[in-house]
Amino acid sequence: MDDIAQGVIQAINLIVTLNPDVMQIAALSLYISLSATLIAALVSIPAGGFIHFHEFYGKRGLIVVIQTLYSVPTVVVGLVLYLMISRSGPLGFLGLLFTPEGMILGQTILIIPIMLGLVISALSGVDKSISDTLIALGATGFQKTLEIVKEARYAILSAVVLGFGRAIAEVGVAMMIGGNIRSQTRVLTTAITLETGMGEFGLSIALGIILLTVALIVVVTLNLITSGLSSESQQILGGPRG
Amino acid sequence: MIRIERLTKKFGSTETIKETNLEIHAGKIFTFIGPSGSGKTTLLRLIDLLDRPTTGRIFFDGEDTDGTEQMRLAVRRRMGMVFQKPAVLNTTVAKNVAFGLKFRGVPEADARQKVQAALDLVGLPEVTDRRAVTLSGGEMQRVALARAIVTEPDVLLLDEPTANLDPVSADLIEELIIRINKKSGTTVIMATHDMIQGQRLADRIGVIMNGSLVQTGTSTEIFYQPGGRDIARFVGIDAITGGIVMENTGGHAVIRVGDCCFEALTDIRKGQRAALYIRPEEVTLTPADSSQEITSMRNRLNGRITRILPYGPYVRVTVDCGFLLTALITRRSCSELGLAIRTDVVAGIKATAIHVLAEEG
Repeated sequence: MDDIAQGVIQAINLIVTLNPDVMQIAALSLYISLSATLIAALVSIPAGGFIHFHEFYGKRGLIVVIQTLYSVPTVVVGLVLYLMISRSGPLGFLGLLFTPEGMILGQTILIIPIMLGLVISALSGVDKSISDTLIALGATGFQKTLEIVKEARYAILSAVVLGFGRAIAEVGVAMMIGGNIRSQTRVLTTAITLETGMGEFGLSIALGIILLTVALIVVVTLNLITSGLSSESQQILGGPRG
Repeated sequence: MIRIERLTKKFGSTETIKETNLEIHAGKIFTFIGPSGSGKTTLLRLIDLLDRPTTGRIFFDGEDTDGTEQMRLAVRRRMGMVFQKPAVLNTTVAKNVAFGLKFRGVPEADARQKVQAALDLVGLPEVTDRRAVTLSGGEMQRVALARAIVTEPDVLLLDEPTANLDPVSADLIEELIIRINKKSGTTVIMATHDMIQGQRLADRIGVIMNGSLVQTGTSTEIFYQPGGRDIARFVGIDAITGGIVMENTGGHAVIRVGDCCFEALTDIRKGQRAALYIRPEEVTLTPADSSQEITSMRNRLNGRITRILPYGPYVRVTVDCGFLLTALITRRSCSELGLAIRTDVVAGIKATAIHVLAEEG
């Protein structure tokens, strides 16, 4: 119990004093995970749209594979990517091993399936009659796709938030691809692992609290954007009818 | 305006639309009537080029629509369609109505004016900035109508536009359909299972049953001269079968059914079998012990009432005359005449009110 109490006190102290090491680790975590989320979103939204709006052989099988990859262990992604980008690997020439960029790539690969799957679900959630209505109104294929993506925007935003959550909380890829190098590739999750191993429970708890806080801030911000959009539209539109 | 030639549509092995030929003229209201699931919606979707037919062709102003997607889009943009269940997007009413204009690249200022004019026409000038999903069913249907007409289409397609609406909203939609047709000369093609609505609105009616267009004609032709037993049943006429033409003098025939003889107008020759179709509202009833005379009726049949069913402000009275005959009379008449089950009555039918079709076999 003493360890926990001391850890909490130390955590508060580190946060209040804006400890430079801790802030650097938190900033790097945020940079890597937000970058991975952005890239994954840029890939998943159009790809999800393509899969949803087109009929092709093996579509159902592809969706099953994507859903299976939701639960792929982070260390498996780390291992495969390690073999690809290590010096002797086919992508070794890129020099990505033990760099933040390598970690971004790893987290992107990790969260694309979940984001892609949820984008497909979000688009499937838009009533089929909306699609028929848009076509009947004279929409081209592109115009129809754009309007349906807009219609599913809140569900798509949820997919992005969930992707970010998985990215910032993962430890396998960060450890294997980043190598946990101080001031270079050390992020919150790898730092917690290291400090716990060294018996520095106070610092681990502090980093854990910061990790949760960072995640909370990002999720709350995205939710505020979402509810801001809804309340803005409510305000413009006069609110629901009784 | 629209010509359909040998059109069929299959979904898997099911033929939803059987070979159909039809011509719909510009500026008219054409209504497809038929039971639910008979293929009305499928036919409307084919006409709106939302689906491609399995075989056959649809011509729009003489132009074959079986072309590239680009060409079909250009034709589709000359039409507007309102679906049975109106789908609105999660945005303002104004933006919902403006979609068709936006897709056609109409400048925003012009679009705003047109949207307002369309909403004024459907009687919803105040809801422009309201979120469309908060509207009631009737309002939503009117918004869907505004959205379809805002692009000033040559053809307006309506799929069961008043299904699930209360009578007041339904009347409002019907008035709007007539107003749009009269004001802009828009050709209206409508599907409905409500045969009375079809009769009220249409210049011409097509009856669809089991995917086949079984009869087209004016409302009088469809409702008084049905082309067959199934059509007759759908438009509310019971058939009296098993008749034999006993004599026919210049189209004035005497037809025996059981122990009764009917006088009717038909070309069916003596000795042939015939079925009689009589609209229930053409049958008058008088109690058998009444002193009232039914002077103008050529056919008088004695029978006994076996069933009385309420039918809105009317009652449907079934009379057993050796065969079952149905009469539709007002509730007031029913009570004033003292009609009840087991009352003996005389049923009167004019010779001109009987539609006769030859019976096979």
